[in-house]
Amino acid sequence: MSFFAENYDVAVIGAGHAGIEAALAAARLGCKTAIFTINMDAVGNCPCNPSIGGTAKGHLVREVDALGGEMGKTADECFLQSRMLNRGKGPAVHSLRAQIDREKYKSKMKHKLEMQRNLHLRQAEIVEIARNDAGIWLLTTRLEAVYCARTVVVATGTYLKSKIFVGEVSFESGPDGIFPSSFLSESLVKLGLRLRRFKTGTPARVLRDSIDFSKLEIQNGDEKITPFSYESRHIGENRVSCYVGYTTAKTREIILKNIHRSPLYSGLIEGKGPRYCQSIEDKFVRFADKERHQFFVEPCGLNTDEMYVQGLSSSLPEEAQIQFYRSLPGFENAILMRPAYAIEYDCVDPLQMHSTLEFSELPGLFGAGQINGSSGYEEAAAQGLVAGINAALEVKGRSPLVLDRSTSYIGTLIDDLVTKGVSDPYRMMTSRSEYRLVLRQDNADERLTPIGREIGLISEARWSAFKKKQEIKTKEIKRIKNLVIPASAEVNAMLVSRETSEISAGTRMFDLLKRPQITYDCLRDFDVNRPEIDDEIFEQIEVEIKYDGYINKQMSQIEAMKRLESKKLPTDADYSQVDGLRLEAVEKLNLVKPENIGQASRISGVSPADISVLLIWIRQKSRRSGQ
Amino acid sequence: MQMETIAAISTAQGQGGIGIVRVSGESAISIVDRLFVAVSGRTLAETPGYTARFGKIFDQGEELDEAVVLVFRAPHSYTGEDVVEISCHGGLYVTKRVLSAVLSGGASVAEPGEFTRRAFLNGKMDLIKAESVMKIIEASGKSAARAAVAVNDGAVSRKIANVNADLVGLSAQLAVWADYPDDADFDADFSSIKEILSRSEEQLARLVRDYDTGKVLVNGVNTAIIGAPNVGKSTLMNLLVGSERSIVTDVPGTTRDIVEETVVVGGITLRISDTAGIHATRDPVEAIGVDRARGRLATADLVIFVFDGSRSLTDGEFDLLNSIKENNNVLSVVNKSDLEPVLNIDYLKKFVKDVVKISAKTGVGAEELEKRVLKMLEVAQVDPSEGILVSERQFFSVKKALESVREALSVLENGLTLDAVTVSINSAIDELLVLTGEKATQVVVDEVFSKFCVGK
Repeated sequence: MSFFAENYDVAVIGAGHAGIEAALAAARLGCKTAIFTINMDAVGNCPCNPSIGGTAKGHLVREVDALGGEMGKTADECFLQSRMLNRGKGPAVHSLRAQIDREKYKSKMKHKLEMQRNLHLRQAEIVEIARNDAGIWLLTTRLEAVYCARTVVVATGTYLKSKIFVGEVSFESGPDGIFPSSFLSESLVKLGLRLRRFKTGTPARVLRDSIDFSKLEIQNGDEKITPFSYESRHIGENRVSCYVGYTTAKTREIILKNIHRSPLYSGLIEGKGPRYCQSIEDKFVRFADKERHQFFVEPCGLNTDEMYVQGLSSSLPEEAQIQFYRSLPGFENAILMRPAYAIEYDCVDPLQMHSTLEFSELPGLFGAGQINGSSGYEEAAAQGLVAGINAALEVKGRSPLVLDRSTSYIGTLIDDLVTKGVSDPYRMMTSRSEYRLVLRQDNADERLTPIGREIGLISEARWSAFKKKQEIKTKEIKRIKNLVIPASAEVNAMLVSRETSEISAGTRMFDLLKRPQITYDCLRDFDVNRPEIDDEIFEQIEVEIKYDGYINKQMSQIEAMKRLESKKLPTDADYSQVDGLRLEAVEKLNLVKPENIGQASRISGVSPADISVLLIWIRQKSRRSGQ
Repeated sequence: MQMETIAAISTAQGQGGIGIVRVSGESAISIVDRLFVAVSGRTLAETPGYTARFGKIFDQGEELDEAVVLVFRAPHSYTGEDVVEISCHGGLYVTKRVLSAVLSGGASVAEPGEFTRRAFLNGKMDLIKAESVMKIIEASGKSAARAAVAVNDGAVSRKIANVNADLVGLSAQLAVWADYPDDADFDADFSSIKEILSRSEEQLARLVRDYDTGKVLVNGVNTAIIGAPNVGKSTLMNLLVGSERSIVTDVPGTTRDIVEETVVVGGITLRISDTAGIHATRDPVEAIGVDRARGRLATADLVIFVFDGSRSLTDGEFDLLNSIKENNNVLSVVNKSDLEPVLNIDYLKKFVKDVVKISAKTGVGAEELEKRVLKMLEVAQVDPSEGILVSERQFFSVKKALESVREALSVLENGLTLDAVTVSINSAIDELLVLTGEKATQVVVDEVFSKFCVGK
């Protein structure tokens, strides 16, 4: 018999990276919040790589932190090795990546949930979500407890009806042997949501002692460590090394010999896998001319000898896996502690959502993370934060948070999901942002902390630290605009040595920094009264001076897009009734139901002429209603 | 309503007395001010609404035409924005050059029906009128789509597609290099990036220079008049142009430089260069002229080969006939039909497809020449109102793409990092994709996943 258990403002289903951010944000915004996990020991689990960040993902973590999220801080507390990727490739693509202690990360996150005011962490499998006539959501657990909530965030990750594949063997299971969520899918279908099947995979974990690291190349972390969080200071030294190697001819032979036993090739898996995260058998088949592939060996933590082998995810039978892993240099005697597997799961078509991550037809129901068709811890956390904030804002009767593409990678991610839809699990990349010179990882705080403050997730202390930093920066820019460096033999010698032209008269430091060859560093001798401030501020100023032309160009593109985005479209429109639209545009618009003209213009298949028609149409509508 | 400034030719395309270029938007006045010098010395900025100014239109210092410029100030104009109308009287070619100058000055090409659309959006028009505008947009959208399909198989589209494929490929490589630092086999090698960009630049620049389908309508046809000395090339040119531009004398070799003129023949603009007579010469100064003429022959779309009907072929003419035997863009004109015919025309037809007899001096045969030119260009059946939209859009897209590629090259030169280069490359791709409505970010990401082996 079912029984009524408790009333909440916000309920979050799933305590992975999306659910955690959602629940913490909602509780911190003063909502009475519940977070449900299918297994209390799986909170904050990293079922794939033991690392946070990476290209574009590092941007997401910084942005989550700038808005008041938790991922960056916890990653800093658990980091084992940190690298700023792409140094030298340009400020837009600098990305932070850290190896983390997986077990520590889980327990830290779980403890943070436990300690959070207004938040209850509960172990329960939600089997049904339904809405009563009063618009209250009812969540029923496997044990028949019924929880009431005004808004709900669904963040089920890869657990929905999930199925694991290892060669010819398959069984219903969540990742890491945790049981799946087998009943909720039906309930979502009943609510009218379109579901689809995606798949992903993970490589084997190998016992450290069974690997001969002398045959691999060592990869160390950065000397100077940059934390993810703007609140973290001095997080310590790198604690571990990673290793790099290449597959051998034998690896290739074994994989191709066993390829027919892969569920992907035998047709057992129907789910759509990510294009960017191919299994090793996919790589050998699709890129037949490539003799070898790179792999990385990463420690899973300080208190474990499990090693993660990045680059070698597979769904071949365990027997074949043992063979091909042992064909790797240094892996001749490898002990596979956990075999690689592929996992298939249900997710929803994100075209059914608003950019608040609320389902268009289901007020109060939000989705975040892999259920929305994305992939990755960071993508999940970013969505979780936005969904949690909006679930809370709705309870509070406040207007929702919509981050547009020009504000952040988070906004770009969500806009891509809800406007373009996904055909395979979506991973963030710097190439997905048209504004990448503006959306840098160094200025995430400038872009988002004021927004986080307004929402209520930025503490007084953090806010004043942020404002102080901005003041220092403004003052420093003013200083170098006024500082004239006199022409001297020394200055000119330095300029010539850096292959740039000499100066014949005193020149402002600001103008010298415009030259690509000239850095703050090389002007040190000529700038003796330089204030003692953080290197990051110097770096940021330098970037902004050098890329000024580009940044301004992108800013004006952003302005133009904002004008289009300010023109709202009704989300219940039937575009087949709009005269003058081309058929393809009608279909796409009816599917996506864009919220504004800007969003409509990003739908592929909607031409500039269609946008003209839409502009006239909304104006007609508003005039008619005005009459 | 804040929108970018737009411009278009608002009179019917084709031969006509006056062509009007209409410019609308908040920068309309400032853009035209930079091109126009009024006789009165007044700028347009200080010109009140409903006022006309007479003066000259310049493009980068070159005088294009005399023009009457009318200023309308928002909201008292057709569109409700600041509007400037430039009335030129130089025919299609000049009008297009004026438009081109306005576009280079920062305006965008107006969408079909866009002036009317703005008029509606700015409250200058009622609902019923607006509905008819939607029909216009729909219709022109459809005809543009049809025309786009039609030119899809064309050489221009293929060239654009090739450049686009190059740029997408390059951008995808750079994306992998940035987004998959651990996987990239491609190590960003500046010289190979520069090579691809330079190739794209060259191809785009050539497209801008000689744009084939659209070229006939947009740029005019690059036409060369060739022939032995003193067969009457300059007289023919003057006949077509209607003024004495080339120096006409009886001394061979008077035309040393290539004289360029434009003339509208049957609604088509011919850009005619009168070349120095091609013959062996010892005079070094003239030799330069002859070399340039030969070069011109190689790049011309239409070659008018002039013969003197009153004498037989010279050795020089015979050589030249042999060298152009393979060309199918040569129209031979036998001049001096007012004199006793000596030249064997049947013999001439062995070398060239088409022969027209005229008298440049009296003007007899000029009409026939016009017909043959149109036939030669196979534009007699072109309906400019359909083709022009697509070709003009393509042309300006290519032009903007070219600017972005040049920007990418200059970033490389200046030693800025490659992330800035990718931004410029993506702008170029976006321009080239305008007709299909695809977006660079998506196309590039798709390319990354289809071409590169990346993953965890």
